[in-house]
Amino acid sequence: MKTRLSLLLGSVSAALVAFALTSPHVVAADKIDPVTDAKAFQNFFFQKFPNVKHEDFVNGPYSMNEDMKRQWQEKEEFPPYEFALDAGKEMFSTPFKNGKTYADCFPNGGIGIRQNYPYFDTKEGKVVTLELALNRCREANGEAPYSYVKDEMASLTAYMAFTSRGKPMDIKIPDDPRALAAFENGKRYFYTRRGQMNFSCAGCHVQSPGERIRAETLAPALGIVNAMPIYRSEWSGMGTTSRRFVTCNSQTRAVPLEPQADEYRDVEYFLSYVANGLPISGPGARP
Amino acid sequence: MKRTLAFAMLLALGLVAQARAATEADYKAAYAAAEAAAKEAASLRHQWTTTVSTLAAAKKAADGGDFDRATAAAKEAEALAKASIFQATSEKEAWKAMEIR
Repeated sequence: MKTRLSLLLGSVSAALVAFALTSPHVVAADKIDPVTDAKAFQNFFFQKFPNVKHEDFVNGPYSMNEDMKRQWQEKEEFPPYEFALDAGKEMFSTPFKNGKTYADCFPNGGIGIRQNYPYFDTKEGKVVTLELALNRCREANGEAPYSYVKDEMASLTAYMAFTSRGKPMDIKIPDDPRALAAFENGKRYFYTRRGQMNFSCAGCHVQSPGERIRAETLAPALGIVNAMPIYRSEWSGMGTTSRRFVTCNSQTRAVPLEPQADEYRDVEYFLSYVANGLPISGPGARP
Repeated sequence: MKRTLAFAMLLALGLVAQARAATEADYKAAYAAAEAAAKEAASLRHQWTTTVSTLAAAKKAADGGDFDRATAAAKEAEALAKASIFQATSEKEAWKAMEIR
C-alpha cells in the first residue's frame, strides 16, 4: 500500500514538474514576436534554396528558374512597365488643382521612401500602405481617389518604387500592442486556408515556390512585395499590391475582400516586415 | 409472391416520391436556408465564389420557373456555404500548423 502511494505521489509530482517546465514555452509560443518570426521566415527560404542569393528572392519566380531568369534579364532592357513608370513620373510632378503635389504629402518629397511602407500609424491605430497614403493625399488636396487596382495607382507606385530601387526594405513595428496585433493578424491571414480550393497564401508561396501551378512558376513569399507593383503578361497590364491580393483570393475561389481592407493592409505589413533587409526591386515584370 | 408485390409497390412509391417535381415553396425554403448560411459565411469573411454563383443560378432557374433546378442549386449553395463556415471555424486554430517557426 505504501509503495503504491509513493508511486502515485511520485507520478503526480513528476507530472507537475513537467507541466511547470513546459508552460513557459506555451506562453512564449503564443507571444507575438515579429523579430523571431522574421528571422525564422528568412531562414526557411535561405535553407530551402541554398543556391539562391538572398537579394535574388525579390525577383520572384526568376530566382527559382535559371531559364526564366535569363529571359527576364533580356526583357528588362525594354521593360514592359516602362510606360507606367513614365506616366507615374509625370503624374507625380503634375500639381493638383490647388497647386500642391504628391511630394507635399510625403517625407523627402516622396522620393526614395517606398521601403518604409506600409507603416503603422499610431494615431489611427492601423496600418497605412503606400497606395492608401497616395489616395489620402489626393483626397486631402480635393482630388478624387484612384481605383486601388487600376493603372493610375500602379503608375504612381511604380515611379515611387523605382526611386527606391536597391534600398533595403525597412518596416518598423512600434512598441504598440495594436501594431503587434496588426502584424499577427497579417500573419494569420497569410497562413489561413480559404476559398473552395482550400488554399492559403502559404500553400503556394511557402510550400511550393519554384513549383508549377498550371503554367505559372510560383514565387517565394520572401520578398514578394518588394517587386510591387508589377506588369503581368497574364493581365496585359500593371497591377498593384491590392490587385495581387484580390486576384490570389479569386483564384482560390474565395470572394476577395475590398481593396485596402484591414486584412489586406495587415498581410502587406506582415509580408513587408519579414522581408526587411531585402532590396526593393519594383516595379517588376512577371509572366 | 406477396413479398414481391409489396416490394414492387414500395419501389413504385419511392419512385413517385423521387419524381415529384419541386414546388416554389420547396425552392423558397431551400433558398432561404442557403441564403442564411451564405450570410454567415460572409460575416466570417470566408465566402466562396462558388456559393455566390450557385445561389445566383438558383435564383435564375426559379425566375424561369424551373423549380427542380432552382431547388437543387439552392441546396448545393447551402452545402457550399456550410463547408466554407466549417473552413472558417477550423482555420481559427489550424492555420498555426502551417506557420514557419
